[in-house]
Amino acid sequence: MDGSGAKKVVNESGIEIQPLYGPEDVEQSGGTGFLGDPGGYPFTRGIHKEMYRKRPWTMRQYAGFGNPAETNQRFKYLIENGQTGLNVAFDLPTQTGLDSDNVLAEGEVGRVGMAIDSLRDFEIAFDGIDLDKITVSLTINGAAAILIAMYLAMAEKRGYDLSQLRGTAQNDILKEFIGRGTWVFPVEPSIKLVGDTIEYCAEHAPKYSPVSVCGYHIRESGCNPAEEMAYAFCIAKAYADDVIGRGLHVDEFAGRLSYNFNLFGNLFEQVAKFRAGRGLWAKIIKEDYGAEDPRSMWLRMIAGGGGGGLTFEQPEVNIMRGAYYALISALSGTQTMALCSYDEAYTIPTEYSARISLRTMQLLMDEMGLCDTVDPLAGSYYVETLTNQMREKMEAVMAEVEAEGGIVEMVKDGRIQAKVSKQAYDMHRDIESGAFPKVGVNRYRIEEEDEHEVEFHPYNLKDAEMQIESLRRVRSRRDGAEASAGLTRIRGAAEAGENVMPAMVDATVGEITDALVEVYGRYQEPIRF
Amino acid sequence: MSGANKIKILIGKPGLDGHDVGAKIVARALIDAGFDVIYSGLRKTPSEIAQLALEEDADVIGLSSLAGSHIEFCTKLKGLIDQYGLKEKLWVIGGCIPKQDHGALKEIGLDGIFPNGSRLEDIVDFISSNTGPGQA
Repeated sequence: MDGSGAKKVVNESGIEIQPLYGPEDVEQSGGTGFLGDPGGYPFTRGIHKEMYRKRPWTMRQYAGFGNPAETNQRFKYLIENGQTGLNVAFDLPTQTGLDSDNVLAEGEVGRVGMAIDSLRDFEIAFDGIDLDKITVSLTINGAAAILIAMYLAMAEKRGYDLSQLRGTAQNDILKEFIGRGTWVFPVEPSIKLVGDTIEYCAEHAPKYSPVSVCGYHIRESGCNPAEEMAYAFCIAKAYADDVIGRGLHVDEFAGRLSYNFNLFGNLFEQVAKFRAGRGLWAKIIKEDYGAEDPRSMWLRMIAGGGGGGLTFEQPEVNIMRGAYYALISALSGTQTMALCSYDEAYTIPTEYSARISLRTMQLLMDEMGLCDTVDPLAGSYYVETLTNQMREKMEAVMAEVEAEGGIVEMVKDGRIQAKVSKQAYDMHRDIESGAFPKVGVNRYRIEEEDEHEVEFHPYNLKDAEMQIESLRRVRSRRDGAEASAGLTRIRGAAEAGENVMPAMVDATVGEITDALVEVYGRYQEPIRF
Repeated sequence: MSGANKIKILIGKPGLDGHDVGAKIVARALIDAGFDVIYSGLRKTPSEIAQLALEEDADVIGLSSLAGSHIEFCTKLKGLIDQYGLKEKLWVIGGCIPKQDHGALKEIGLDGIFPNGSRLEDIVDFISSNTGPGQA
């Protein structure tokens, strides 16, 4: 308590918030010298001059379940309802490189996303969808190199020119070791595979974004907003260093690196995070990496989700939370949004809840004037001060990681995992005690809630059986000798330390994964928390 | 409680589910409450979990599941629990476990179910009062 009796307020990133801000606070925090104009270095105010005036954010709800045919129907439903991009959810067997008939996949085929075993499945999933009009984002990490190769092969087969094809793969394996957990190979070869995809796309699919570096899941796993962005930058640098080590110039690939960030938390802290992050990334890529092309310096991002902020209690309140998260995202100048639906703490979103998320974004776009002017919170004494302070925090976190030996080393021995999971524990304790307010959880709670508000997405065992049948058909109809020769080529490329992407063949996800495991081995998780 | 008499809890992550925030939070809370805790790490099969419980002579088998395959997994684990003579162990599960599945899980043999939103102290209390001297 200070003399005025006002309570001390500190945001999650550790910055003390004053009751009032004025021009002197902006000056003291570093002034406005690092703002620039929208579309100009250091891009704090936005990566484009006209932002949403020229092109509103892409709406890209995460979707996918069951088999490819079912998912194709959901994709079409979302597109009919105004969605402008696709964001593909794969089931866990696909994400961890297992074929649907693997014993380890039992009970999980098509459950949390769509099952993909072979090129044929991708053809069914995107049947009737124009890949020039709708860009596709693949949420795939451990098996990303394989799925990217398959996606590009599908597009090529359908007659698209790869040199013009746009789209994104998540393909951020370092964050999978910290949170989310769909790793396959050990840390070093995993980074090498990310490098392979970046190098391959730079040459063959230069408009495709092979990586979307995710602060998002590290935030979900427990870190604070400043750390979320700082860790993401450390990870992006690890990939950039791998590719530069192969002799590429930063401007040959940095423009196709993209990001994925979280939204839950304090509105102003979040907006300041995005503005600060844009400036900091531009500075890193220009000053530390010597980029000259302004596009290389752009912090292009999807900012959506916010799953960690949603509650199991009173799930309908998540509709309002989602709306505020979307507002944060729009005020922050994001390129793409994907909102978590209100029922996501329970189940895969139904058509109904997915449509509510879409309408939430459309409201901001069409009724609330969020697309009318660029960086509308600029000039607020509070927001500008906080933007400077958040940038300082991020730089401090990055310096700490460096001092600890770098993000790759911290991931390898589990230090970063332990740090983040301790933060999650402390936050959970604070929520349970009420020290950290959570509406419906530690205040305004309704005891004896029932689950009538949520309609569960049914899991259909038949879909899994159909998927396994279709996989067996694909295997029996192909030229077995050719497939096995192809797998030998992949193993050979991996053994020789070459880029494996050109060797990718029309085999199944599980077969290609196994071939790579023979060379690289499997990741052994350090148990530290 | 002396080290030798400490109640030992295995926290297992069954199946392919990669969500481990909750499992680690519960593990830490149990350690803070004075239990001996072993965390399995991700992606364990039913036989790996049963094997770990046997080798470690755990008093409690706790599972964390957030990707929906809990009934399939627990059904398989049940067979191994019987086979390995682990029936006397306290068996609990937490995570994304919808109410509609609680009956089926109880029937399989789960002693306690702690869905999202459960309080850590309730988990600690449940384990404390169902283990230790005088308990099965």
